[in-house]
Amino acid sequence: MAIPDDIKVMDVDVLVIGGGTAGPMAAVTAKEKNPDASVMLLEKANVKRSGAISMGMDGLNNAVVPGHSTPEDYVKEITIANDGILLQKGVMAYAQRSYSMIQKLDKWGVYFQKDETGEFDMKKVHHLGTYVLPMPEGHNVKKILYRRLRRHRVKVENRYQAIRLLKDEAGVVSGCIALGTRDAEVIVVRAKAVIMCSGAAGRIGLPASGYLFGTYENPSNCGDGHSMAYHVGAELTGLECYQINPLLKDYNGPACAYVTGPLGGYTANAKGDRFIECDYWSGQMMMEFYNELQGGNGPVFLKLDHLAEETIQEIEHVLHTNERPSRGRFHDGRGTDYRTKMVEMHISEIGFCAGHSASGVWINEKGETSVPGLYGAGDMASIPHSYMLGAFVYGEICGENAVEFARERDVPKLDEDYIIAERDRILAPLKRTDGIPPSQFEYKVRRLVNDYLQPPKVSKKMDIGLARIRAMENDIPYLYARDPHELLRANEAQHIFDCAQMAAVASLYRQESRWGLYHNYVDHPETDNENWFCHVQLFKGENDNMTCRKREVEPYVVELDDEEKNAYQQLRVQAG
Amino acid sequence: MPTASQISMVPVVVDDDKCIADKGCRTCIDVCPLDVLWINEETGKAHMKYDECWYCMPCEADCPTDAVTVNIPYLLS
Repeated sequence: MAIPDDIKVMDVDVLVIGGGTAGPMAAVTAKEKNPDASVMLLEKANVKRSGAISMGMDGLNNAVVPGHSTPEDYVKEITIANDGILLQKGVMAYAQRSYSMIQKLDKWGVYFQKDETGEFDMKKVHHLGTYVLPMPEGHNVKKILYRRLRRHRVKVENRYQAIRLLKDEAGVVSGCIALGTRDAEVIVVRAKAVIMCSGAAGRIGLPASGYLFGTYENPSNCGDGHSMAYHVGAELTGLECYQINPLLKDYNGPACAYVTGPLGGYTANAKGDRFIECDYWSGQMMMEFYNELQGGNGPVFLKLDHLAEETIQEIEHVLHTNERPSRGRFHDGRGTDYRTKMVEMHISEIGFCAGHSASGVWINEKGETSVPGLYGAGDMASIPHSYMLGAFVYGEICGENAVEFARERDVPKLDEDYIIAERDRILAPLKRTDGIPPSQFEYKVRRLVNDYLQPPKVSKKMDIGLARIRAMENDIPYLYARDPHELLRANEAQHIFDCAQMAAVASLYRQESRWGLYHNYVDHPETDNENWFCHVQLFKGENDNMTCRKREVEPYVVELDDEEKNAYQQLRVQAG
Repeated sequence: MPTASQISMVPVVVDDDKCIADKGCRTCIDVCPLDVLWINEETGKAHMKYDECWYCMPCEADCPTDAVTVNIPYLLS
C-alpha cells in the first residue's frame, strides 16, 4: 500500500521535535557536527517565542563554575536533593559541560551577571554549594537561539504538532507523524534519528484558579513527548516523583526565590517568620511548604517588605521584565506592592518535569532513550533538576550523538498501514458534527487528577481516580473539533489523558514515600530503601497494558558520606 | 450529542486603530505560543479568538505599533 497523496512526506537526516530550549541547541549542534546533514526543527508554536523561556530567563539555577563548585560537588548536591535515585553518570555528563556551555552562550551574546572583576557573579541558593548565576538581562535568549538556527540553515517547520513517532521493522525510530495546527494538514517526517525536546507535561493537573491555561508550565508543554515516547515503546521513569513547585498564588508563576534570595528575600509564614532553611526546590522543601500552608501558620508568603528601596527596584526590574513579565501587572491589579505587602504563595498543580524534579522519558548520559534512534533532552527527559542549562547541555549531547547515528543509517522504510490508520484517528474529531469539546474532556481529566492523584497519595483514592480516568477512553470516539485549532486541542487532550494514567500507575507502583511531598504516599509513609532504592520504569507492556518495573540505580560515580546524605532531610528551621 | 456556546472575557486586547494586521502584519499571531490570536475576518485586525492565554506577553512585547495589551485572565486576576 502506498502513502495517500494527502499526506506529505518529508525526508531529513535528523528530526528535532520541539523548538524551545533544548531543541534549537540540538539542531544547531547537529549541523555544526555535520554541515551536510539535513536537520529539521518541528515546532508546535513558533521557534521565535516557544517553550518555557519564550520571554527569556532570569538566571541559571545550576551553573557549575570553577572556583565556586566542581562537577563532583554538583553531582552530590543533586543526589541528595533527589533522595539518591538518579543516574549519576547523567548528572555528571551535565556538570562536566556546564561551564563550557555557559561560555558558549556568553560568546553567543547571552548576558550573565558579572562582578567588578569581570567574573561570573555567582550566588548561593542551594543547601550546600553555590550554583546560581543571575541573568538580569536574560530576556533575549530566544532571539539569540533563533539567529543560530538561521546561520546554520536548520529547516524550521512551525505550527506542527508531532503526534506519534514512527519506527521501522527493526524497531528503530524512523520519524514522526504530525498535524498542522492551523490547517489540519497531516504530514510525515521521515528521519534517520529523532531528538525529542517537547518540554514538560504541565497540563496534567488543574491550577487552583480553574483556568485551564493558567498553569505553572507553558501550557503548550502538555505531555506530547511523554505520550509519543510511551506509544513508540520507550520507557519513562520517575513519574511518581511529580513536579510541584512553590509559586505566586493564582498567578501561578514562580515567586523566584532564586532571584530574591540572594538579595535578602525569603519564604515566610503568615507571621512573617522563616520556616525553611533553604529555598532550593526539592521534595523535602515542598513538604515543609505544604505543611505550613495547611497548618495554623499558613498561608505562605514571599517576604520582601523588609528590603531597601533600591533592592526592591532591582527585584522588580528582574521579575517584571524576564521569564514571566506579567507578574508586575498581576500585582498591580491586586494592589500588591513588594514594599508594603508580603506576596501570597501557593503550590502548583502536579506535572512531569525533569527541569525541576526527576520525572520524564528515560535517557542515559548520551541522551539515548530506550528505543534506538530516539534521543531526548530538556524538561521532557529524565536527567533530574536540569533546568535551562541542563536543557542546553543535553540538547548539545543529543545533537552530537543523533547526527552520528543518522550518518550510519539508510533511509528507513515507512509503515504505510500505521500511517493511514493514524491519519484517520488524528482527524476523526474534525469529521464529526457534534460531540464532546476538547476543553470539556481536558477539564474532566485534569479535575480527576486533582481530586484523586495529588499528594497526599492514598491507594484507594488513586484506584478510583485511575478507574474514572480510564473510563474516559469511551469518550474519545465522541471528541468533537469545529476547526483545526480545536483539533490541536483534541489531540493534546488525549496526550494529557495518557499522562494522567501514567501519574496514577507509577504512583501506585512505588509502595513507599520518597521525595517529600512529590511522592508522599499515606498508605506507605516511610522511605523503604531496602525494597525501593530503585527507579520505577513505566512502559507499554503486553496487550498494551501500562506496566511498571524496577530498574536498579547504577553504581555511583561520586560517593556521599552519611552527613551529606541527610542534608536535605533537615530543612525546617529549628525552634529556639 | 448537542453542544452550546458560552462567551468569556478574553485577556488580550488589540487596539484596532493601532493594529496594522490589515496591512499584512502578523507579528502577534506568529509569536503566540498557544496560537490563540487570529485575524478577525470582519475587521482585518488581530484579535484573541480563543480564551487560552498564558499571559506570557510576546504578543505585546513584539508588536511594532504597541497595539496589544495583555491583561491577567479574569479567573486568576
